[in-house]
Amino acid sequence: MIKKNHCDYSRCQLTTLVVLRVIIGWYFLYEGLAKLLTPGWTSYGYIMDSQGIFAGLFKALGQNQSLMPLVDAINIYALIIIGLFLVLGLFEKIGYLGAIFLLVLYYLSHPAALHTTYLFPPEGSYLWINKNIVMLCAVVVLFVFPTGKRIGLDRIIFKNKKA
Amino acid sequence: MSTFENKDNKNKTNIENSEQNISKGRREALKTLGTVPVLGAMAYGVYKKTKSERANRLATDIFHFQELPSPVLVTEGDVIRIGIIGAGRRGISLMRAIGFATPQNIDKLKKDAELNSQDTRYKDFLEQEDLNVKITAVCDIFDTYAERAISAGANIHREGLNGKYGEKPKRYLNYKELLVAPDVDAVIIATPDHWHAQMTMDAIKAGKHVYLEKPMSWTVPETYALRDIVRNSKVVFQLGHQNRQIETNKRGKEIIEKGLLGPITLIETSTNRNDPNGAWVYPIHADANPNTIDWKQFEGDPDRVKEYMDYMTSNGLAKYVGPEARDKFSLERFFRWRCWWDYSTGLSGDLLTHEYDAINQMMNVGIPDSATSSGGVYFFKDGRTVPDVLQTTFEYKEKDLAFLYSATQASQFKRSRKFMGHDATMEIGNSITITVDARSEKYKEQIDKGIIEPGKPFYNYTPGQKEVDAVTSATQLYFAERGLLYSYVNGKRYNTTFLHLKEWIDCIRSGEQPSCGIEEGFQEAITAHMGTRAYLEGRTMYWDAEKEEITKG
Repeated sequence: MIKKNHCDYSRCQLTTLVVLRVIIGWYFLYEGLAKLLTPGWTSYGYIMDSQGIFAGLFKALGQNQSLMPLVDAINIYALIIIGLFLVLGLFEKIGYLGAIFLLVLYYLSHPAALHTTYLFPPEGSYLWINKNIVMLCAVVVLFVFPTGKRIGLDRIIFKNKKA
Repeated sequence: MSTFENKDNKNKTNIENSEQNISKGRREALKTLGTVPVLGAMAYGVYKKTKSERANRLATDIFHFQELPSPVLVTEGDVIRIGIIGAGRRGISLMRAIGFATPQNIDKLKKDAELNSQDTRYKDFLEQEDLNVKITAVCDIFDTYAERAISAGANIHREGLNGKYGEKPKRYLNYKELLVAPDVDAVIIATPDHWHAQMTMDAIKAGKHVYLEKPMSWTVPETYALRDIVRNSKVVFQLGHQNRQIETNKRGKEIIEKGLLGPITLIETSTNRNDPNGAWVYPIHADANPNTIDWKQFEGDPDRVKEYMDYMTSNGLAKYVGPEARDKFSLERFFRWRCWWDYSTGLSGDLLTHEYDAINQMMNVGIPDSATSSGGVYFFKDGRTVPDVLQTTFEYKEKDLAFLYSATQASQFKRSRKFMGHDATMEIGNSITITVDARSEKYKEQIDKGIIEPGKPFYNYTPGQKEVDAVTSATQLYFAERGLLYSYVNGKRYNTTFLHLKEWIDCIRSGEQPSCGIEEGFQEAITAHMGTRAYLEGRTMYWDAEKEEITKG
């Protein structure tokens, strides 16, 4: 029986899906590296600028002096690891799930809701849907149409299983 | 088909197979590792980008700060018993700063926190350190204010209405009675300006430590008398310029002392407000009337009033006195006393002193050589005698420095406090931003190499950030310009008035000198008086440093 996810993409479909995976991976990887390379970087300002129904929760987190270094480290390394997974096609699905998790958190802390004004102004105009949501949807699409076992290190790792 | 031909065909197939295998292997490798070069591209990009960000590293290298000492809580020893003299708007907020709020105020904070989960004032207040002090005495000449202060003083568990309270502080109708009370070690004075120096002198004579709201004095002669009395006593005197506790001011001082701005020739500061409250048109309390207010005591100390009147009349300034008779009861004058010279020191004493003391804190400028002022009542034509627009320029000849203060109470346009140096300008408020000057000699090499872009913010420091950092992005700059709302000490958020009162209380216990003592206070008062006299008399005022006298130009 042919499994659903074993159906082949056309060359064009595969190429565009891989390109999308790699550029989203690049985005995550550089976001992580830039934070890692900035001395003293902290998400404190961003977190304290949270709005929407979860704002209280995020701000409480921001004010917790003992938890903030951990929050910053998790954010930085999660971005880097997710970025590497997506670019390399390695543990691809874990990478997508991680990306979805971070993007959901970013959206919840800075929702593009009505009557929200942020200290960090966004570079566009949004109503409910912002770029984080768009990227989130793109990652969900990639999760449904995986490519790592065709172009990527998952090809070796899952070779035996595939056979 | 011959055997030979068969062999030949087999060989051919083997070769083809092995070629196929090799090419299959290549394809396999390509499919597996095809995206790896992307990481190479990123590594190259990051290398290039990091190299171009040398300017940021340079900023961090140049503006490297010392670690500020953590505030040590000195609460050992006996409870310090505090008396409150003057429990109006400022007095009650000073009480709250040391942990004593009215139950009504606590209920309001609670309610606000319930309505808005981001409002942490109630939580912050409950968590604020206990300074091991007690309010034992209260004096206010308005009954309602006195009762309010009593309920705050008794609220030792920081509870709302129907809570459990401690012993009520005793009310005194006259501050002189409070000063002889044996259960008072120290007093907090937050009365109108015309009472500041007199009450402080009386308190010191009675052996009480004093925290006095700014400005230090109302008349010039009392300024000298107060200095002498404090100098010859052992009490701890702190003037209420809480800016002394602001972290950015301490950082600004370090930057200036390291010479990072080059020679500073001009400091520009301002006050911009645009509401009745900001223009001292405070609400009049419904319970206030001649029966609930001791007007006689409000009028002032006769000796001080005489000093004021002597100066005004002998300099042809009678038009600034009154206009109502001093002994005539007036609710307006009682609640909005800042609007009349009869009780007030105007913009100079109320708001210029904040700016001046911050500058004195950072640069130890001392008393200026001269002061020139201009201004007028341009917007609030409500019968006030003090101006609502004021410009004062102070010159420091030996320091090659001018300090310009400019204020209006009818526009709240934001103007930053600027220290203009030959090499860079520092804007300092809730955050510090430094812009390197295009003609700087100190940074010429870095400017020529393109490492520093002159005219654009080069360095920013926002308290609460983990470490100092350069302006690495537009968003960070934006964040910095808005500033954070709180004062930080090594990353912990504090109310600056609490820190300033805490310093005074700590000094009472340790015997050390607080940051805004009598010498700083004397400089503050004389500077403000020079600005005021320059405005009133319409001419430049000079400071004769040898004789320690204000002289006319």
